[in-house]
Amino acid sequence: MELLLKAFILGGVICALGQILMDFTPFNVTPGHILVGYVTVGAVISALGWYQPLIDWGGAGASVPLSGFGHLLAQGAIEGVKKNGLLGAIGGGIEASAVGIAAAVIFGLLTATFFKPRG
Amino acid sequence: MATNKAGKQTLIFPYAPVIFSWGTVVGPMEGQGPLSGYFDKIMENDLEDGDKSWEKSEQGMMQHSMEFALEKVGLTGENLDFYLAGDLLNQIISANFTARFFDVPFLGIYGACSTLAEGMTLGAALLCAGYADKVGVSVSSHHETAERQLRMPTEQGVQRPLTAQWTVTGAGTYLLSAAGGGIRITSATVGKIKDLGVGDANDMGTAMAPAAMDTLKTHLQDMNRKPEDYDLIITGDLGVLGLNILKELMRQEGYSVDNVSDCGVLIYKPEQDTHSGGSGCGCSGVVLSYILQKMLEGRYKRVILLGTGALLSPTSSFQGESIPGIAHGVVFEYS
Repeated sequence: MELLLKAFILGGVICALGQILMDFTPFNVTPGHILVGYVTVGAVISALGWYQPLIDWGGAGASVPLSGFGHLLAQGAIEGVKKNGLLGAIGGGIEASAVGIAAAVIFGLLTATFFKPRG
Repeated sequence: MATNKAGKQTLIFPYAPVIFSWGTVVGPMEGQGPLSGYFDKIMENDLEDGDKSWEKSEQGMMQHSMEFALEKVGLTGENLDFYLAGDLLNQIISANFTARFFDVPFLGIYGACSTLAEGMTLGAALLCAGYADKVGVSVSSHHETAERQLRMPTEQGVQRPLTAQWTVTGAGTYLLSAAGGGIRITSATVGKIKDLGVGDANDMGTAMAPAAMDTLKTHLQDMNRKPEDYDLIITGDLGVLGLNILKELMRQEGYSVDNVSDCGVLIYKPEQDTHSGGSGCGCSGVVLSYILQKMLEGRYKRVILLGTGALLSPTSSFQGESIPGIAHGVVFEYS
């Protein structure tokens, strides 16, 4: 129960930050900027070793938001380099996030097959 | 020599054409608005039963509005000399596809949300010049097709800022005649593009307000009139924000603003949460039918509709271009 609460708080704070960036900054920040920005910033923070502590504390609250995807990419790339040398930097990130990417493709295909998207 | 032109931009119609019939179709959300009693048909769903796409439903709306307008006076498309129509979609497909169903010479027009005012100006000019006895003008817009055309995919769930307006799902057809009695189109002012550099497609009221002001000012100068000479000055789709800007601009010019309103403000209730009000060709396209009805009831004698248009395209938006605004004024009189 405590873990649930922590995840809720951390995830909420991360998302609220994005909302504040969109609503209260003079720049024209769009959801697209947030999407790309969060993945990138997540990867950078992760490379510096600061993201794992967030996941240890807040669990899914840190791994589910887009910055968690950036964390996965960065850690995968680091692992890849350790295992396969520099080429691993390119493949490692995708390897680590393969489940998420494959799931997106499969569920996308299923949705398109069984529903009639109109929007 | 342009004998029927007043001042710089205003067309005077010596044989003022009559609006002798009209038809309107709206979507469910407009049907819950304050003007619901004035529309000929309220759709139960944005997507009509059996339609494969929203685009098909929009085309159907325009067709039905035309059929309503014709049926009311017992005519068919063949009785019209010209048909002018436009909408917001690429290559104005709603208008083109609607014209397939009516055996009538067709001119497609595009003026974004100012299309109705543009069509009425051109239609009145055709009638006055003796090229036609009866002309039909149709416009349409559809919230879902406009979102697809001009903004983000609906399922992306992008939040709408408070400046954003809600594209009206609605279509209106107005039939003009050279002869007969009724509400007349007495003059029209063709607007110039005004672009003050607003680039936010979610803030079109701000982009269009200067164009509305410019056309109104030119019209009043050309006709040597004051705002008080009109019972109602109604803009097409400035929305809550744009209307406030227009009123501010008018105050700076020393005009009174008591009789100024906007179709986009009238069509929805505040609690319908559209943010800045309605927009789209269908906005003035269906609200005009309400105003004409009020004119017949004697509430207004002389009304000017300032059809406002934001002439952007998705490509120009992505490339960071600003939004060119335009406004055309059409004067209706009934006595």
